[in-house]
Amino acid sequence: MRTNRFVQISLKVSALLAASVLLFILYFLVQESIPLIKTLGMSAFFQGGWYPLEGEYSLTPMLLGSLYVAIGALALAAPLGIVVAIFGQFYAPVLLGKVYRGMVELLSGIPSVVYGFWGLTVLVPWITYWVPPGTSVLAGIIVLAMMVLPLVVLTADSAISSVPRNYIRSAQALGLARWGIIYRLVLPVALPGILSGIMLQSGRALGETMAVLMVTGNVVQLPEGLFKPVRTLTANIALEMAYAVDSHRIALFISGLLLLLMTVLIVSIAHYLKGRRFA
Amino acid sequence: MGKINLYRFLSVSWFLLALSGCGQSNTVKLTLTGSSTIAPLVMELGRAFEKQQPGTRVDVQTGGSSRGIADIRAGISNIGMVSRSLKISEKDLFPHTIAYDGITLILNKSNPVNVLTDNQIVEIFKGNINNWAEVGGPNKGITVVNKAEGRSTLELFLNYFKLENRAIKADVVIGDNQQGIKTVIGNPWSIGYVSVGAAEYEEKHGSAIKLLGVSGEKASTTAIKQGHYPLSRPLNIVTLNKPEGIAKAFIDFAQSSNAAAFVEEQYFIPINAH
Repeated sequence: MRTNRFVQISLKVSALLAASVLLFILYFLVQESIPLIKTLGMSAFFQGGWYPLEGEYSLTPMLLGSLYVAIGALALAAPLGIVVAIFGQFYAPVLLGKVYRGMVELLSGIPSVVYGFWGLTVLVPWITYWVPPGTSVLAGIIVLAMMVLPLVVLTADSAISSVPRNYIRSAQALGLARWGIIYRLVLPVALPGILSGIMLQSGRALGETMAVLMVTGNVVQLPEGLFKPVRTLTANIALEMAYAVDSHRIALFISGLLLLLMTVLIVSIAHYLKGRRFA
Repeated sequence: MGKINLYRFLSVSWFLLALSGCGQSNTVKLTLTGSSTIAPLVMELGRAFEKQQPGTRVDVQTGGSSRGIADIRAGISNIGMVSRSLKISEKDLFPHTIAYDGITLILNKSNPVNVLTDNQIVEIFKGNINNWAEVGGPNKGITVVNKAEGRSTLELFLNYFKLENRAIKADVVIGDNQQGIKTVIGNPWSIGYVSVGAAEYEEKHGSAIKLLGVSGEKASTTAIKQGHYPLSRPLNIVTLNKPEGIAKAFIDFAQSSNAAAFVEEQYFIPINAH
């Protein structure tokens, strides 16, 4: 039928367009970055310091800053998220579970700049009270964890609910306790889905700009501790893009390329994990 | 039959609606980008200018003085806001001074320290003095707030104290004056530097900061007006070529005596008073 053909073709074209957007962005970033990579070589971006007005373009301090803040946020949000999902599915009364899930979905809709603003006006002065300066890796971790948590909960929730019900029925029929079923049966089976959810959120944690820019202090230095300020790759681009010229500008493109490649790597791992089963 | 007519009607009306977005608008737009120090003043001037000349729109964005220069060179904006005099490499551009301002150090109001010598300020920013007890205050660590690169306030500060940005050990790096002021308000043991105009404005409106002058001079608009505050600077709006049309009209307005009231509202010094 003609409509069938039409639908087929338009779907193929849409899918191709969507995939090609990523390729366009990748191609654009690589094209913009190549001139400086050719002149300075790859190692120049991982040695020395970030003094763009003097020709030094080391990305290391900011790369480590991004990694520390993102990994810290995930370390905080992942266990919490899994626990919340388990609670919603197995321990809460059905109605409460639904309300809980609704609230978490609402949380995931709050714009990131709102979290950043809250962080700047409430969290940072609070941390300052204990250990100045307040704008620190810790502030970044807490704010990012709050942003990442809702989607970790939601993906864990959907992974847990997609465990076949007859597995659980069989376990109950055999007389296993509730926690035993969760720990020994549901979690291992749902693990690939949960892990891939976490890895996808790591992409968000690495790419978050506004909120971390407001609370991490933006000092370019190797992360020296939980209470010291850092600058992430994303905040660096946001702060300097407006006035960067020539080589400085290309260096910012290179940091963007680095971010994109890291995200692609993480998402690929997540995709691979999703297809496997651990039980 | 009815269904197809409905679809036809909807698609035609949607198409026409989309078309109505095209076509010429009658408003003339003037875009200014650059220094966050000048931005509040230019926004007020812009509003008054729009009232005077109906059909114009004045768009103001911050991003630092360096952005102001970069944007007019790239043709992205009409006028750049630059809170310093032009450098040698910028001598091909056309600056128009609209006010005078200074740079002051700011402390939180609850900090008992009221005076710092130039040498102490240098050592604090270099990280050699890191406790308020060393400069006559309580036993609390000093949080140094520095400005991001590309900001003229940073360049003038470095110039005056003969520092290099490398030498400064900052604890927080901020972008515009407002972020700096909010950071100092939020941390009672911090020290930062911002424009005198912005700081005086905030102080008079009750914010928890106080101004600390340099080289023994108090920082205030009166001191700058009288000519003996050492860290003062011109506030310039810069064009790529000789200004014409709407840009010229705006610049003339900003430099006229009518604009003096707006300048003083922002705690800057009008050009005719200097």
